[in-house]
Amino acid sequence: MKIGVLALQGAVAEHIRSIERTGAEGVAVKHTHQLKDIQGLIIPGGESTTIGKLMRRYEFMDPIREFSAEGKPLFGTCAGLIVLAKEIDGGEEPHLGLMDIRVSRNAFGRQRESFETDLDVKGIDNPVRAVFIRAPLITSVGDGVDVLSTYKDEMVTAREGHMLVSSYHPELTEDFSLHQYFADMVRQYN
Amino acid sequence: METGTSRVKRGMAEMQKGGVIMDVMNAEQAKIAEAAGATAVMALERVPSDIRAAGGVARMADPTIVEEVMKVVTIPVMAKARIGHFVEAKVLESLGVDYLDESEVLTPADEVYHIDKREFTVPFVCGAKDLGEALRRIGEGASMIRTKGEPGTGNIVEAVRHMRLINSQIRKITNMSKDELYAEAKNLGVAYDLLLEVHQNGKLPVVNFAAGGVATPADAALMMHLGADGVFVGSGIFKSEYPEKFARAIVEATTHYTDYKLIAEVSKNIGTPMKGIEISKLTAAERMSDRGW
Repeated sequence: MKIGVLALQGAVAEHIRSIERTGAEGVAVKHTHQLKDIQGLIIPGGESTTIGKLMRRYEFMDPIREFSAEGKPLFGTCAGLIVLAKEIDGGEEPHLGLMDIRVSRNAFGRQRESFETDLDVKGIDNPVRAVFIRAPLITSVGDGVDVLSTYKDEMVTAREGHMLVSSYHPELTEDFSLHQYFADMVRQYN
Repeated sequence: METGTSRVKRGMAEMQKGGVIMDVMNAEQAKIAEAAGATAVMALERVPSDIRAAGGVARMADPTIVEEVMKVVTIPVMAKARIGHFVEAKVLESLGVDYLDESEVLTPADEVYHIDKREFTVPFVCGAKDLGEALRRIGEGASMIRTKGEPGTGNIVEAVRHMRLINSQIRKITNMSKDELYAEAKNLGVAYDLLLEVHQNGKLPVVNFAAGGVATPADAALMMHLGADGVFVGSGIFKSEYPEKFARAIVEATTHYTDYKLIAEVSKNIGTPMKGIEISKLTAAERMSDRGW
């Protein structure tokens, strides 16, 4: 089983490392033709403005929408969550616009307000160590969206069918349980 | 809930990987940089080449400029403090700057002590010429390293030298036996534990960017080939003829540094890059890379 990590900008190597710990093969995706060789795709953390721009410039938008239309699982972390969202607060144009959630960027404040904490996530037995870096928040969700965890009553992990998002970085810790959860989603699709 | 942990600080730098961080002097330039795809901006009163031209003492930027830049972009904003000037650093932290650069581009405030960067919630990036310097800064709490290069010269040769040296030293450490590491820690003037980490992982414990002389898209791609995690561009962009095109070209060349056709394409008609200075023409006092230890 191969899981790709969109490698235009951001924390690619960390996701690949975490994916490989689940037993799947991790692939850095730099070109659209690589999408046909993978069964699941992670959109990593980085700067969402930059990743969004590079996705448009290298024509990733439609190929990823088609990938999603086939029901192949997608996982967005931090910037990746913003890229997947249907609506972005503040009038920013949505990027992929695939997932029925509304997000607010840098919702916790600037870097000095960034933090790490333990989170209970529905479907995962042990608490997940979550690193929030200039993190976005999910401000509202559609009917089909299952909220998997909250932090101080704010939604920070969610799933809609084959799509999973977290506003924090599971790839920066030694805890790969959320990657395991995603790998299981990919395995079920196959 | 914990803020300012090393994971949060180093993680912030991880999110910059594969990106370009651009020097800007006002809100308008910051918007150009963001639109071009910069992953962060460095808010400055003067770019390094102007600092060279102006002479005198170079200090932290006027807070007005930093705030003005913070207001107009959503990407992270960095700012520079003088080496050892922890009050400038505290002032910038209080403004809400996302990353601090304890930088040799400014006139050092302390010839012996660098800032104790562990005391801060905000993360720091520091310059290094070799592995020893990089690990000393990391020991003091730096969460990101960049080559010093020779800022404001538009000449890539020093950044290349520093990146190659750091990488060859890392390779050497990786191949050492554990007992040799103790003596090497003494030779390099670094903590044994940090050296052991390099020995085990074959890389620095933090992200390492290229800086100091990147003037063209090909320069940026060269540094990525040499193992840089990303690129700082100082004077290069806003001293070039068409900054907007130039900035975009540098971002694309950094993302696709192995795609030479693309680099050729983005390098067309972007105007004249900054003029540049031959390093041997600099006097010892003019060499910024010799500041700090």
